[in-house]
Order: sequence, then C-alpha cells, then structure tokens
Amino acid sequence: MSDSQARTFQIDFMGKRLIAMVLSAIVLAAALGSLALQGLNLGLDFTGGSLVEVKLAEKVDPQTVRGYLVEAGFTNGTVQTFGSDEDLLIRVPPQEELGIAGQVGLGDEIFVALATQYPGIVLQQSNYVGPAVGDELAEDGGLALLTALLVVMLYILFRFTKQFSVGAVVALAHDVIIVLGCFSIFGWTFDLTVLAALLAVIGYSLNDTIVVSDRIRENFRRARRGSPVEIINEALNQTLGRTLVTSLTTLFVLLALLFAGGEVIRGFATALSIGVVIGTYSSIYVAANVLLVMNISREDLLVPEPEQDGNEDGSFP
Amino acid sequence: MRNDETNSQGTGEPGSTLLGAPSRRGPMNVFPAWKYTLIALVCALGLIYAAPNVFQPDAAVQVRALDGDSAVGAADRAQITSALAQADIGVIGLEDDGNSLIVRLAQEGAQLSARELIAETVNADSVDYVVALAQAPTTPQWLQDLGGKPMSLGLDLFGGAHFLLQVNMEDYIAGVVDNSAEGMRDTLIDGRIRFLPSRNWIDGQTISIGFRDDETREEAKTALVDYQDFLVQEREVAGDFILRFTLTEDKIRALEDRAISQNLTSLRNRVNELGVSEPQVQRLGRSRIVVDLPGIQDSARAKEILNKFANLEFRLEALPRARKSQIETYEYEGRMQDIMRRNIVTGNNVQDAQQSYDPETSQPQVSIELDNEGGRKMHASTKDNIGRSMAILFIEQKPRVRQLVRDGETIEEYYTVEERRLISVATIQAALGFSFRITGLGLREAQDLALLLRAGALAAPMYIVEERTVGAQLGDENIRRGWQSVAIGFALVLAFMIFYYRGFGLAANVALTANLTLLVAIMSILGATLTLPGIAGIVLTVGMAVDANVLIFSRIREELKNHPPQMAIQAGFDRALLTITDANVTTFFVAIILLSIGSGPVRGFAVTLAVGIVTSMFTAILVTRALVNLIYGGRKLESIKI
Repeated sequence: MSDSQARTFQIDFMGKRLIAMVLSAIVLAAALGSLALQGLNLGLDFTGGSLVEVKLAEKVDPQTVRGYLVEAGFTNGTVQTFGSDEDLLIRVPPQEELGIAGQVGLGDEIFVALATQYPGIVLQQSNYVGPAVGDELAEDGGLALLTALLVVMLYILFRFTKQFSVGAVVALAHDVIIVLGCFSIFGWTFDLTVLAALLAVIGYSLNDTIVVSDRIRENFRRARRGSPVEIINEALNQTLGRTLVTSLTTLFVLLALLFAGGEVIRGFATALSIGVVIGTYSSIYVAANVLLVMNISREDLLVPEPEQDGNEDGSFP
Repeated sequence: MRNDETNSQGTGEPGSTLLGAPSRRGPMNVFPAWKYTLIALVCALGLIYAAPNVFQPDAAVQVRALDGDSAVGAADRAQITSALAQADIGVIGLEDDGNSLIVRLAQEGAQLSARELIAETVNADSVDYVVALAQAPTTPQWLQDLGGKPMSLGLDLFGGAHFLLQVNMEDYIAGVVDNSAEGMRDTLIDGRIRFLPSRNWIDGQTISIGFRDDETREEAKTALVDYQDFLVQEREVAGDFILRFTLTEDKIRALEDRAISQNLTSLRNRVNELGVSEPQVQRLGRSRIVVDLPGIQDSARAKEILNKFANLEFRLEALPRARKSQIETYEYEGRMQDIMRRNIVTGNNVQDAQQSYDPETSQPQVSIELDNEGGRKMHASTKDNIGRSMAILFIEQKPRVRQLVRDGETIEEYYTVEERRLISVATIQAALGFSFRITGLGLREAQDLALLLRAGALAAPMYIVEERTVGAQLGDENIRRGWQSVAIGFALVLAFMIFYYRGFGLAANVALTANLTLLVAIMSILGATLTLPGIAGIVLTVGMAVDANVLIFSRIREELKNHPPQMAIQAGFDRALLTITDANVTTFFVAIILLSIGSGPVRGFAVTLAVGIVTSMFTAILVTRALVNLIYGGRKLESIKI
C-alpha cells in the first residue's frame, strides 16, 4: 500500500465558505427558532416530579396501564414504553397538594398499584426530584456551560490570539446550539446525562478546533506568501485526514454506546454523536471562517522573540 | 546515520527539525534504557492495580454489631454456622475483620434467605446486629497486600437508593430563638427580676426585653449571662430600657453545624438498621445531607425511616388546681385529657429503646432506658407523684410543601406539620428510674419508635428533596450493557487502527490497551465509584485517545514527503506534541468544570474524562513513542509504511 503517502487532500474549503455560512445560519436559525417556540423536552432532573420504570413479564399496551393508574387515582401521569415493549416509564409531574412525604412516596404507590394488576412486575428504577432541586440543577447546568465557554476563550486567548479565541467560542456555541436544537425539534428528553454530553461536545469540538488552529498558526508563521484564504485552505487539507480519522473512531465508540449501551445512556450517546459530526464541521468552517471575517494576518501570529530584550510586543502595527 | 555523539534523546527544539536533514546526531528514535524501563514499570503497575476489577465478587452477608465497634461474638458465630448448615445453605468462607463478619455464600441465589436466617438467629432476643447483603471481593491476597482493590460500583450499576435531604434550618433557628426566649423569661421570673410585659419579644433572630430602669436591666444582663450565643446590646426606646439579644451570623452557622452533625449521627444510626452493608451519610453544602444506600432491597422502608421525625415527651397529668396557661388538652381513648405543658423527660434522654412484647398481654411494647440525666429527672418527678397519672405524648413532624406567590414569582415553601397525640396515660405506681416500658402502640409504631429513640433525635427537621432508586436487575443490566459497549467500541477502534496504519496502528493499539488499563487502575487507586456515565466516559476516552496517535501518525506521513523515515518519525512526534498538549489541556479544563459544578451523573462522567485525558497523554506520547522506537528506532530505514 504505497498510496498512503499520496493521500493528501486538495479541497478548496474556504472557497465555499459563503455557502457554509448560509447553511450554518439556516440551521442555527432553525435550532434557535425551535428552542424559542417549542423549548426543550426537559427531563425529570430539571422539571421535578416522579418517575417510575418497571419491567413487566409480558408486552403491555401503555394505554391499558394508564387506565389502571387513573383507576388507582393517579390522573396526570404519562406512560410510555422504554427501550422494549415490556419496559414502561411512568412520569408524574410535581403534585403540590400531596405534601413532600406524599410526593416522595408516589413512586412506591404507583408501583404497588401496578403490582396488583401485573404479578411478576419488577421495579427497575424510581426517581423523585423536588422542584427546588430541579431548578438548581438547571441553573448549575447553565452555569457549567457558560463557565466552560469562558475558560476556553481565555485559554485560547492566552495561547493563540483573539481571532482564534473568538473563532473557537463561536464554533462551540454553534455546536451546542445545534445539538440543543436537535433535542428541541425531535422532542427528545433533555436530562442531566445529555447536559454532560453537551459539555463533552464542547471538549471534543474544542480539541478539533485547536488542532486545526494550531496548524493554521504554524502555516501562517512559515508561509512567506499566499493569501490568508490559501494558507487556511492548506492547513485544513493537512489536518483533514486526522480530523476524519478521529471523528470516525469516536463515532465508532459512540455507535457502540448508542446500540449496546441501553436506554439510560441513549440520550447521552445521541447528543455526542450529533456533536461530533457538527463539531468536525464547525472546526473546519466556523472557526476558520471567523478568522477570515476578523481579518487574520501573518503579523498577528509572529512569535515574539524571547531573546530580544525590549521587543516583547512582537507584532507590527 | 549512526554517529558517535550521544545525543540519544533527540528532542531538538521544534522547528529546527525540518531544516537540515542529515545534520541530526546520534542514533535516531532511541530512548535510553531507563526510559523504556520506567514506561514498562508504569504499565506493569497499571496492570496490577487494574487487575482486582476482573475478579467477580462473592455474594455474601455482612453481620456487624449495632453499636458499630464490637466484634461478632464467638457464640453468635457458631450459631450462624450451624443455622446455615441446617438450612443447607453453602458457605465458602467466614471472615472477621474485627468490626464485622463476612459470610461468603456458595450461591448467589441463597443470599436473601441466608440474610433472613442469620438475622433471625443473631437478633432472636434483641436487635444487636445489623445483617446486610454484601458483595465480598475475591481479590487474591497478594494483590490486596499491594493495596489493590476493585472500583466500587455506583448505585446505577449496583442497585440501591440515593436520597438528598434538605435540613429545614429556618425552623430550627426559629426554634432555638424561641426556646431561648422561654428560658430567659423563666430565669427572670425565678430571679424576681421585673421585665415589661410585651407581646413581641421575638423578631426574627432577635429577642428584646424591656425594663423599667437601668439597674434592673443590669441585673437582668448578669442573670442572662449564660446565653452566649447571642450578641447583647442595650437600647433606650420611649423611656424603656431594652436588652437586645441577637443571634450573630457566626453563631447561626455554628448552630447549623451542630444541628447538621446531630442529624448526621441520628441518620447514620437509623440507616445502620436498614441492612445495608456500606451506607453513606454525608453533608452536602450548608444545609443538605446525602444518603446513599447501595443494594438496599426495600427503598420504601428506607424513605419512611429517613423521613420520620418523631419524639416522645413524658408529662404529668394536670391537677384540677393547675392554671390554664400550664395545661394542654389532648384526646385520649375518647375523652379529653388535661396534661401539664412542662415535660419531665423527652426522647433526647433515651439511651436505648427496644421493641418487645408484653409477656402478659402479648401486645407490642417498647422498653426504654434513660440516660443519667433523664433517669434523675424521672425519679425526682415520679417519687413525689405516686398515684398521679403520667402521660406519654408522641410527637411526629410531617414535612409539607406549599406554593406561594412572592413578588410575582411562584416559590415553594417547605414547612412541617406537627402531629401530637397521647399514646399512653398510666398511673404512677412507684418511683420510676432509668428503665421502664411503654405500651399502647401498634407493632409497626412500636418498632419505629424504638428505632427512632435509639437513633437519637434529629436536631432540625428534614425532608427528602431528591430520590433515585435503581433496582438490582437494572443495575446488572447496566453493567452488562456498559462493558459490552466498551468491548464493541474498543474492538472497532483497534480493527480500524490496524487497517489504516498497519505497523504504527499496532503500536497505537498497544498504547490504547495500556491507556484503558491505566485508566481503570488509577480509578481503582483513587477509590472512584464507577457509574454508567463513568463507563460512557471510558468509552469516549477510548474513542478520543487515538486522536493523539492519529495526530502523530498523520504528521509523520506528511514529513515523509520531505524527509527520510527516521527524521520524519522524529519530526512527527515533536511537532504533534504541542498540538496534543494544547488540545488536551483545554479538554481537561472542561472536565474540571464538569467536576466542580456538576452533580450525580455529570460528576461520574467528569472523573473518567479527566483521568482519561491524563492517561491518554501518557500513553500516546510515551508508550507509542517507546514502541515505535523499539520497532523502527536506531536502524537504517529505506521506507516505512504508515
């Protein structure tokens, strides 16, 4: 296989940057629109309430189960299958009139009510989140996202330049909004594990963006001629092989999680899979695009000579 | 390319490598022997400390003394052995670590029945032992001697219940202020110090007492010198001389700490009786407590026990001449019973309480033993009141939540409803001492009361704000699925790397395996708890760890266009290093943020992510390099396949 050394890419990425920009804008608008109009299907972690997962001996119609629950006095619960037809998920919103003790015990009561109808029923999990805790988790989650973005921005500012810093953060925000938008558009449940996945998306996409940025910086410093568009194109092509291989291996393991990991981890795997695809795209088109928009030039990237005293600045006006 | 100069490290400053091709000196891509040894040593250590996770634990039953310190007696031990032998339950080992006895069972299916049997045997007369289901590690002795231990499994993998309790500090502090005000009033009355009558002594955390003149106020100040939790100030308002007692912020914090630690103690005692081998009760933040009960079978019961806030008060029957302000009236067996407001002794003075049966009536009863102070008080009060009735008041607090609209925002307010009822009114036949019995309760009530009195009272009311219970079956399924995804993901990545990078892929795969081993080893050494999101983190680490290798390899490919193989390998590693560091450092930041802000599943994921970044940097940079050096380094290469 001697083809390996010839495997280089000559794709004019930046030539199509206007198309990419329009595409990103449309997708972002759709995501933001859905988030604004439809919002997120927040999970128990953030809304509070009770959730019971049971495994039945045989396949049962969720509507029948709901009927039994209504008979037993639980009127505002939702019943849905979870993974397989024998697994049911029952969600009940917070019940103010029950009092804390009653609310906490709700899961057990539901299970007992079902157990009289279905012998052989197994309690898989029962969760209760108080309203105050739900709000806190949501607040902490938002705070974690913003802190992550801020720290990343500062680190890149310190290691690179402000153009790269802005580029990376715009790329990350782009990825996070689109993943959130997917969860909003498809009505998938957004819970704590999905939030963790979102932060992992930040980590992953950042990784990608930095690798690309690193190469762009190196090429700018080395190149004696060539327009920024040409230099960036070259860097993107040089890193494309690596970008694709890493995305591919990461997608491999995510697919393993998605198909073998079970229902509990599905949201996590879904969010990350989307994030990896979008993150790969954004490190090519969004981050690099911002550099061009912000007029990156070779002068911005010259290394300050540490040996030469009195010339700490290193950049020319 | 060999040269005599010994610059074998060969780490030139980045940037210089691409200029003059043959100018490099020394054998290229060769590590000194110590470096290979060190890397091999780290990997070997990783293997040793990851190994304990491979051994499947035995199903076991743990028996430990209720007081927590004493060992299981030899007689009890013999009884356990014979009872299990009689019931034909196979035992493969008995171990005593000084605190508890671990009974290893031959079959996992016998675990529940073995626990029942052992509990019946050792707790036949009174509850002396906690009998809990447990998993006994089967780590070989030599690994244990080296400090090797498996990762503990989180509740989502092991099954169990997690509770988050909120301590109602406002109520507690208000209660402290209230009690102090009552005490001050009593002290002043006893010392015949006249104070001005007032309806509102208490305003938030401040108690204000008015006096007619300055001398009386000075006198009162001396009399009330014991109330050191309060900041004392003097004020003159409209001719009255006011003494103001205010709880300072420091004092409130100290009171909260005291309340929390008393609650923790009480909760630990309660939880101890639930039959869980490794219960965890910890403070979280300023006013919260986390309770983790791995492997608990009956979470509804756990909830009942945690949520219960019950106490007893022993009071004398009110005599007809008692003033109205001194008495309280409760219904008892269909009639109204007047009792004194003042109590003789409360549940706080109970040293031990056991539920048993009255030998005559077979009705459930609670035998109570008081501490010194309680016994003395009880004796003093009863010896002068023979023939008078004594009432036992059962006080239970039930947590409630209500919604309020404040400033246009709906907020939840937690509060407690107190239920008081007389459970017994009996004539004092003789002076009571340290121990006596209470009858008049149902079986469940008697059991709960005994447990709660034994465990000690809670200083401040609490309520559950979060519960997560995972059934054992789902736990098993989660583990199986988790490891399955690790295996599939790992296999896919290994196959791809071999297919795509050939010999270098093999080196990367060895590094990846070392990475997974080190990751598991470090998590085990840190004593981290493995959760399902944690497994997801491991899977993700596997996927992303190859990134560093991919970066290096694709760089080597590029360098091969302009340089001879050895030079290209050297330059590839050197150039990629900076990029790898930058990329990993930022991801590491994200992991740390997750760790510090996130909770529950987020933290589990963050820990593996953070550890994974460290191990993958080590393996990609050093292990891969060492392997590539061993395979290709120091010899003449015409071409390499990558």
